[in-house]
Amino acid sequence: MKVVLDKLTKVFPPRGGKGDAVTAVKDFSFEIPDGKLVALLGPSGCGKSTILNMICGLERPTEGKIIFGEDDVTQVNPELRGVGMVFQNYALYPHMSVYNNIIFPLGNLKGEEKLTKEQMREKAEKVAALVQIENLLERKPKELSGGQQQRVAIARALIKTPRLLLMDEPLSNLDARLRLQTREEIRRIQRETGVTTVFVTHDQEEAMSISDMIVVMKDGELHQFGKPQEVYDDPANLFVAKFLGTPAINVFEGSVKGEKLYIGDDCVLDVPGVKDCDVTVGIRPEGFTYDANGSFKCKLDRIEVMGRDISIVSKNDKCEAPVVRSIIDSDMRPDEDSDIVSFNLRPGKVHLFDAGTGARIRFGKENK
Amino acid sequence: MTEKNNLKAWLYLLPALIFMIIFMVYPLMDVFVYSFEEGYNFVSGRSSGTGLYNFSYVLHDTYFLQAVKNTFVMVIITVPLSTGFALLISLALNSITKLRELFQTVYFLPYVTNTLAVGLVFMVLFKKTAYSDGLINLLITFFGGKSVDFIDGPYWAKMFVMCFYIIWVVLPFKVLLLTSALASVNSTYYNAARVDGTGSLRIFFKITLPMISPTIFYLVITGFIGAFKEYSDAVALFGTDLNAAGMNTIVGYVYDMLYGDSGGFPSFASAAAIILFVIVLTITCINLLVSKKHVYYT
Repeated sequence: MKVVLDKLTKVFPPRGGKGDAVTAVKDFSFEIPDGKLVALLGPSGCGKSTILNMICGLERPTEGKIIFGEDDVTQVNPELRGVGMVFQNYALYPHMSVYNNIIFPLGNLKGEEKLTKEQMREKAEKVAALVQIENLLERKPKELSGGQQQRVAIARALIKTPRLLLMDEPLSNLDARLRLQTREEIRRIQRETGVTTVFVTHDQEEAMSISDMIVVMKDGELHQFGKPQEVYDDPANLFVAKFLGTPAINVFEGSVKGEKLYIGDDCVLDVPGVKDCDVTVGIRPEGFTYDANGSFKCKLDRIEVMGRDISIVSKNDKCEAPVVRSIIDSDMRPDEDSDIVSFNLRPGKVHLFDAGTGARIRFGKENK
Repeated sequence: MTEKNNLKAWLYLLPALIFMIIFMVYPLMDVFVYSFEEGYNFVSGRSSGTGLYNFSYVLHDTYFLQAVKNTFVMVIITVPLSTGFALLISLALNSITKLRELFQTVYFLPYVTNTLAVGLVFMVLFKKTAYSDGLINLLITFFGGKSVDFIDGPYWAKMFVMCFYIIWVVLPFKVLLLTSALASVNSTYYNAARVDGTGSLRIFFKITLPMISPTIFYLVITGFIGAFKEYSDAVALFGTDLNAAGMNTIVGYVYDMLYGDSGGFPSFASAAAIILFVIVLTITCINLLVSKKHVYYT
């Protein structure tokens, strides 16, 4: 099912009549394509969870519309929307067995929809098999590991075959190893069921690795929406560029003079079509190529070996961060004893932004 | 090292233990011994023999049987009703936002009010005097009913006032504990239930009730024990001659046997006290057994 969010705004009234109203989400529009896994990505407090709660129906938007398929559900109660929700802390009922937790939503069906015990068991076993917890059904939630609890929560959200599955920070309560495993699981379960899924995360790696689409947001506003690779390769602004990618993008103060980009005194790149101005330059770690006669010079700090690649850690006065991280092929190893390391830059990996607003300035071929 | 620590621990416990032994354990054992000593006399410190005569006497004493009956009626009526009312009030308090603090204070006021002062208020409400039939009777006659003497009248009327009084006195503490128990239930459980379309009755019985079951269980157990020890409230309403009013309780009977007008029988008093102890112990054990199945601890 396709989901459309149309100009959603959520304003929380001031607490106890004191202070200012908080605008958690501002004029937020996007379309979730049918059957896709979409990540809502942004730093904490940016309004991701509020959007999820509005999609689910726990919060009503102050303005705007939510459309499921053909139906406007903006004023519809959560139970009538046909959504499954996985909460951040899983919200498994601690006094019930895993089995009873999973079939709990089925107990709410009334009239003709009402199921017999056998039908419930059949459904529960099917969904338990999907998330691979068949042998845990008689346990209590506290007897399970975090990852297993997560699966139970997903099973409970899926048992009514929802039109839309929502997950609030599904991996944040898991340790690093489980997180990797579980995100693959989520991807697999989503593929197998084909249910349109929206999940919220502040971890860009998590979002990039498993989702079909990512929505990058900040301070309640949408910054960019697209396929992970597209957003990474073609960030709309400095925030998106900085938020995506590990190691993070290197940011420099620079200037454009005569369609040439300068960082400090080094003329590092041709930027056809850009007027003279001060710019913020973002260079992805993989945007550097080592060249002894390269145009961009930095002070060499150290070289970190990562196997196939090496990471050159160097310093540059114009860099926003204390060090510049570049990742290059290990064949191209520079001389470790020299003080200066020189690079050439790969145009597709260098992004220019307005020094004031952070808006993207496109140049050359990007300027279609 | 652990040996030394153990010694230290006992040393720290010593003051409490000494007081416990002198004021709790020794009297308990003494009561037990008295209850088997026939015709024990405080002054001479002698008894005429040992045996089960004290128990036999007490169990055949109509005053004692009346007291047992009264106590059981009070327990059976007040414990479930007060817990139920407290739960309803707490649920209501929990669901309102406006004026919540005001209502919380109002419901808690009886807890900080003296029993005898409350008794006085009840007198105004219920007692018939030469000048007035009491507020409640005014109401009853206003609606066309017949005036009832609640303090010196029929048994059911007196028992009604008694239970009303007990419930009113124990309610605040229960409301206090239950409101905090309700507030401590994580709201995401309710959100999860809402998304699944759970009706409010099902939410209450399947989620809220199990989550606050430890508090309810605590209130039921202490409620039972407290109600079995009922005495001062009866005095506040019906005066010290409870046997004459037919409203005596087991603890009242024990007191009367020791110090009352017909008093001076520590052996009978001890036997009655031991019987009460056995009753309370049995009920508490039953409670514990029942709770194993129905109380959920995190």
